[in-house]
Amino acid sequence: MKSLSEIETTSKRASRAIGFSWGISEEVGKSVRLLELFGYPGIKNLNHYFQSKKKESYQNIKLIKQINKSDQKLYCPITLGVSFLDQIKKIESFEKCLFQGIAYPILFLPFLSRCSEIIGKKILFEIEENKFLLNFNISISSNNFQKEFPIKANNTEIRFLENKDGFSDIDWKNLYKLSEETFVEETDSLKQGAAGAGLTDND
Amino acid sequence: MKVELRNPNIIMTLSRLGSFHQSRLSFLRSFLYEFKDWEYKRDLFDLDEYGFGTAVYSFKKKDRVYSLVCFANKINNDERSDRVIATKWDAAFTLHDGMPLKKDIERLRNEVPKQEVGRLSYKELTLSRANKSVRIFDHVVESLSNGVQPNMDLLEKVGYLYRTTAVYGSGKFGLADRFRIKNREEINGPFRLEMMLVYLVRQFTFDQVNHVAKNKNPKSAVKLDPKICKNLGIGNSTGLGMAPFIVNHPTLLNNWILCREIALKKIREIKKVETKDGNLFKDCVRKSIKNITSWNTESEYQLKKIKDLLKDLKKFINFVENEFDFEKDYPFNQIYLWLEKETCEECIEYIVSIMMEPYGEIVSPLIKEMSSDEEKYFNIPTERTVEELRLILEKKYSNILSINFEKKENHRKFWFISKNKEEPRLADRFEEDGSDLEQPLAIARDIKELYKKLLVSKNSLTMDRFLVENSHLRHVVRRAFIIEKFPYSEIQDNTISEKIVPIDMLRLKLSFFGALKFDPRSDKWLRICMFQGAPLPNELKNFDEQWVYNNN
Repeated sequence: MKSLSEIETTSKRASRAIGFSWGISEEVGKSVRLLELFGYPGIKNLNHYFQSKKKESYQNIKLIKQINKSDQKLYCPITLGVSFLDQIKKIESFEKCLFQGIAYPILFLPFLSRCSEIIGKKILFEIEENKFLLNFNISISSNNFQKEFPIKANNTEIRFLENKDGFSDIDWKNLYKLSEETFVEETDSLKQGAAGAGLTDND
Repeated sequence: MKVELRNPNIIMTLSRLGSFHQSRLSFLRSFLYEFKDWEYKRDLFDLDEYGFGTAVYSFKKKDRVYSLVCFANKINNDERSDRVIATKWDAAFTLHDGMPLKKDIERLRNEVPKQEVGRLSYKELTLSRANKSVRIFDHVVESLSNGVQPNMDLLEKVGYLYRTTAVYGSGKFGLADRFRIKNREEINGPFRLEMMLVYLVRQFTFDQVNHVAKNKNPKSAVKLDPKICKNLGIGNSTGLGMAPFIVNHPTLLNNWILCREIALKKIREIKKVETKDGNLFKDCVRKSIKNITSWNTESEYQLKKIKDLLKDLKKFINFVENEFDFEKDYPFNQIYLWLEKETCEECIEYIVSIMMEPYGEIVSPLIKEMSSDEEKYFNIPTERTVEELRLILEKKYSNILSINFEKKENHRKFWFISKNKEEPRLADRFEEDGSDLEQPLAIARDIKELYKKLLVSKNSLTMDRFLVENSHLRHVVRRAFIIEKFPYSEIQDNTISEKIVPIDMLRLKLSFFGALKFDPRSDKWLRICMFQGAPLPNELKNFDEQWVYNNN
């Protein structure tokens, strides 16, 4: 089994060899490490993408707008990922962001994962029927687990989810009530002697 | 009185970093302190009469076990090489997490002797190999088998029976990644498991030499005197592999140096020094002279440094014993100021290390701060502006910004990774091919280029926009925002100058390991000795913390 350290170093060096700057290559190393850590096929897709890059060219996106359509060429997932990461604090205000035509979209995932941590919001990434929930760079939930990843995404949508409870008020209240059963009812004597603070706050 | 931390623009120059010495903060000393209460055991010693075979040594506490698995193999004299191009070694080692099962040992027997071309698993933590100092090993076997102890002069000249030529960890060749073990309290300090491996290898070398001598002459052989064992360490040959490490781990480098600087600052701020502490300091300084007079090297570069150190050290001893009064307020501050004025860099840093000896209560809490969670500082704060970054560069890289990289002499060298051995190398860009594959270790040059770009960019431009057009400078933009928070994270020198002495980078790292007797064999590799004078495993429970200065 390859260690994550080996995965990061080799991905970084391969990215440099294919023509990315050292700074971008460092980002790729971290991202592929993250994918593999979360159980996604980062090495396989990076390899396939770099092989395809020798034959085809891809579009580098610079400034990200709310709706982004690639021209004849697909977006490079790496420059897209780095730009998205760099501009996330501005992009966040869009609430939703659309991309048409991304090559190897799985390679874009770890950048979104890191964005989720930076803005402190979960991010939902939809590639047609595949959904990925990026949880503050702690995990990536998906309905795609162990399926083949598309090598091209025609339509994708990214949504920044507001920090809201994922449960109902009733569920919370019921559970809270149960938790109260670990508390002790205070008698007068306990009220007098067990509290740390003073009894009068007017002194 | 408040003492300021020392200026990074002075401390982080290569000549100063290359003058650092071991101290209480050094990793091999903090390893011994951490593991002193652990149960040491030799679990397996299955060597043939010539000393070839398998051995296992362990440290155990409650449910945690770390085991050194050793494989000693026969090699021909012409196959023995300390260079990284070697493919066979007298012995190969791995530190296994837990007690290895028979099937683990069989698996490791196939992989560990192959070193870089073998595959380890997440159950292995560190990997190493070592070669005998044949001259010394054979002499010791011969002497012991004849019932006499070896010639001390000969042993003292070399200082070890074996020398390692690499110690790998942190995910190399399939070894466990750091994240798997980083929350273990006992390894909350850098390179602790590498230190454990080397320490246990040292014990293996004593057991092996005794075993071979006994088999050679069972009737009259004697064991190597434990006092002699104690004064032998493990040698190490180190090349350029270590140099990029300190560039590639800026926050870690910062934490090492910052802890040293904080320790010094706190010691200088002590108003009244207790007599016992002053005496301990003076005692260590006096005794340390032996470490210098027994420091053997043929390197003219190092010989000059040793000569200057010895001269200044004698001057210092004369000062501290005849002219100095420890009853004065802030005596260590007075001493430090005197050193700055009167002695060379090598001597200043030598005494700074010894100042820590009486102050375990200052140093010990700092040891836990010497690791770094580097991931936390990886993201670039892209909302920051060109103006902010420019100010950081002007404040933190003032020496570097004054270098003229138009001059050939200031960018003559380039760092690359050898295709043959995947190891870092340094070459002349005007004479050798390969500079198009240069590694990102020319930080000074790239910072200067970044600065020039910033000067012609709009002040209010944010980094996300700046990086769109300047992606080739991304690696140094990241570093500049790191140095803003971590003042000692960057070497304040030119690592591609024709005058660079790469062994200064190695020495810095090795001093933090706790190495003694740096012996440069060229400007690109050196030999050192580790654990010379250190307590033996059976003495760990109650050992002399100043063993470095008290060995005989």
